[in-house]
Amino acid sequence: MTTPNNLPRRLFLQRAAVGTLLTAGGSTLLAACASGGSEDTSSNDGGGTKSDENPFGVKEDAPLDVVIFKGGYGDDYAKAHEALYSKKFPKAEISHKGITDITPQLQPRFNGGNPPDVIDNSGASELPMSTLASTGQLADLTALLDAPSVDDKAKKVKDTVEPIAIEAAQLSGKPLVLKYVLTVYALWYNKPLFEKNGWAPAKTWAEFLTLCEEIKKAGIAPLAHQGKHPYYIHQIVLDMAVKHGGQEVIKAIDSLEPNAWMHPSIKMAAEAVLELKGKGYIMQGTEGLDHIQSQTAWNQGKAAFIPSGSWLENEQKKVAPADFQTTAAYTPLLDGAKLPVDCTEIAAGENFIVPEKAKNKAGGLEYLRIMLSKEAAGKFTELTGSPTIVKGAGEGLKLSAGASSASALLKSGADNNWTAYFGSWYSTMSKPIESVVGELAAGRITADEYQKRVQKIADDTAKDPKTKKQTRS
Amino acid sequence: MRHGSYRFVASFLAIPLALYVVFVISPFVQAFYYSLTDWTGISPKFEFVGFQNFKDLANDAIFKASIGHNLILLVGVPILTIVFALVFAYLLNVGGKANSAGVHGVRGNGFYKLAFFLPQVLSVPVIAVIWATVMTSTDNGLLNSVTKKIGLGTSQYLASPKIALYCVLWVMVWGSVGFYLVLFNAAMSGIPKDIFEAAIIDGAGRLSTFFRITLPLLWDTIQTAWVYLAILALDAYALVAVMTAGPGGPDNSTYVMGLAIADNGFQYGRAGYASAMGVVLFFLTLIIAAVMLRATRRERIEY
Repeated sequence: MTTPNNLPRRLFLQRAAVGTLLTAGGSTLLAACASGGSEDTSSNDGGGTKSDENPFGVKEDAPLDVVIFKGGYGDDYAKAHEALYSKKFPKAEISHKGITDITPQLQPRFNGGNPPDVIDNSGASELPMSTLASTGQLADLTALLDAPSVDDKAKKVKDTVEPIAIEAAQLSGKPLVLKYVLTVYALWYNKPLFEKNGWAPAKTWAEFLTLCEEIKKAGIAPLAHQGKHPYYIHQIVLDMAVKHGGQEVIKAIDSLEPNAWMHPSIKMAAEAVLELKGKGYIMQGTEGLDHIQSQTAWNQGKAAFIPSGSWLENEQKKVAPADFQTTAAYTPLLDGAKLPVDCTEIAAGENFIVPEKAKNKAGGLEYLRIMLSKEAAGKFTELTGSPTIVKGAGEGLKLSAGASSASALLKSGADNNWTAYFGSWYSTMSKPIESVVGELAAGRITADEYQKRVQKIADDTAKDPKTKKQTRS
Repeated sequence: MRHGSYRFVASFLAIPLALYVVFVISPFVQAFYYSLTDWTGISPKFEFVGFQNFKDLANDAIFKASIGHNLILLVGVPILTIVFALVFAYLLNVGGKANSAGVHGVRGNGFYKLAFFLPQVLSVPVIAVIWATVMTSTDNGLLNSVTKKIGLGTSQYLASPKIALYCVLWVMVWGSVGFYLVLFNAAMSGIPKDIFEAAIIDGAGRLSTFFRITLPLLWDTIQTAWVYLAILALDAYALVAVMTAGPGGPDNSTYVMGLAIADNGFQYGRAGYASAMGVVLFFLTLIIAAVMLRATRRERIEY
């Protein structure tokens, strides 16, 4: 379609257009990201000799282009990983970019057929993973998972990572994304505060209500949540529902099965949240606060519990008082629950991808293989306080209060821990659902209405021919 | 003009015109083109789907609701902004005591002008953050602590689906009044003072001077302001994105067309569909501007 010479100029124009036109209002906004670009795929084979040391055949002087989402985890860990890559391929020139606005910066490069070699596609403006997958823009990671591990050549990479990582890698039926960080979702509290008052996290719903009453009497709101992002309070609803009804509940939701959201366990969980709201156990005004505001109020002791992922401690480091001890607790069990109390929602997160059209695709795969070594993963945990999907990489590291309590919860839950995919599989679904959850948490709709409205969104997604469906086994 | 100077002028116009075509006209044309495709926004491959995107739009409940929200802003923002700006500008110009020395504005009007214009200097996200903090839904919010103290109780403001959109509307008005005040003020000072003096001598009061002299003589300026404010009201993206839950919430109560375009284009990977929304927004803006200019046309008064 276009000559190679045409590309730089086209890219220049596209970028300039993005800059100028983002300010020019709605209708021109999109056209600025003009598509087009060459269809011809350059040779993706590394060009070097393949061996156990170099399973993808990386050409040793081929430059490597790395783009990292610089969010809660920063990008220092990536620099450490790049140093490991440099040690192996000293002649390779590595370009490193730590940015937050992934889509605006990378969209023109994908459209121009000139994407980077490795991307951490995460954050609020991440490129939609489901779209990248369905348009065939991601390299198949099967070769990576089957390659020998850096630490032990007798083992395959896929045997050195947690099983959830293999499951989470699947998009459109193929492993296309490396979700590197292991996240534990929990209800969080401040240990010294609870010890001072003689409180302990409750195991059953009845105990939890008693505890809330006590906390309320002490002049503290029992529960705060990140009202502007109803996603967090939904975590509690789903956790209680899955623990009550078992893993089938979430598997049916992820597979878009008819009436998946109408499950009685979901109704019980939604009613439980309404009960908390009705009894005044939810912090006043929390509906209007964003994550930083609500978490800060929690750090200041205005609320006892807050739902979040294990990044919470790191995120709040700067505002938390010195004696604050971020501690993970499980959500209480509803009557008749199938799963034990000490399991929770976990997720593999941070989307590391290698684009199909990357110039140095072999180098990109090799970079991911290096990331999956114990040394690189340990470095990540050390720098960010978060565990990775690499088995045993956190052993022997000194962890903070939040990180060690999260690891304990992860361990106690073992195979009962559950995970959800509908948010990342169907990009059009999560935002409309959040909006309904917000209404539930504010006590403005009933549990029935919540179920019906969310079910309708799921049905619309299931019917939509533009959405690629996936099922869980 | 002499013959040779045409070339001279044209050479000056050529570059800006070319830039305008490349950066303004061509994206518009491209948006029309993409609206007929299933382009995802992140892939060089796409197919033509005809008018399917527009058919889908007709059944898109959230998009239809967002048009409704934009229409509320479209009515509210221009009227309130123009009324406030006119009243303040009038007071600044002729609000002071009329005496033998003639008509003049209230004392310290330079300071007021500056104070009113200040929001115009701030960028929209800054304004959004300031007001989101003022309207915080907890008891600690500035507005809530004031209303609580004077016994009016507290409100949820941006967290309530009933009033969130009106809170956004108010912030848009607050952010625009200053600019139009200065604009009207400039236009008013262009009206010869002796007209006002003559009116006062004839015994006209403040109100009748305003309605019979100031307003008719300002009509052209007001008309321009009206069209600009209407276009502003059709956007509202930045305020909604920064201030409200979701964003676009609570319960989609502040969802506007700009947000629908951004969500579909960037989050959902449906750039073709979003382009179709952009095309709808384009024609809506065009129609509204044309209707407004038509409906408010008056005979021009010369002085």
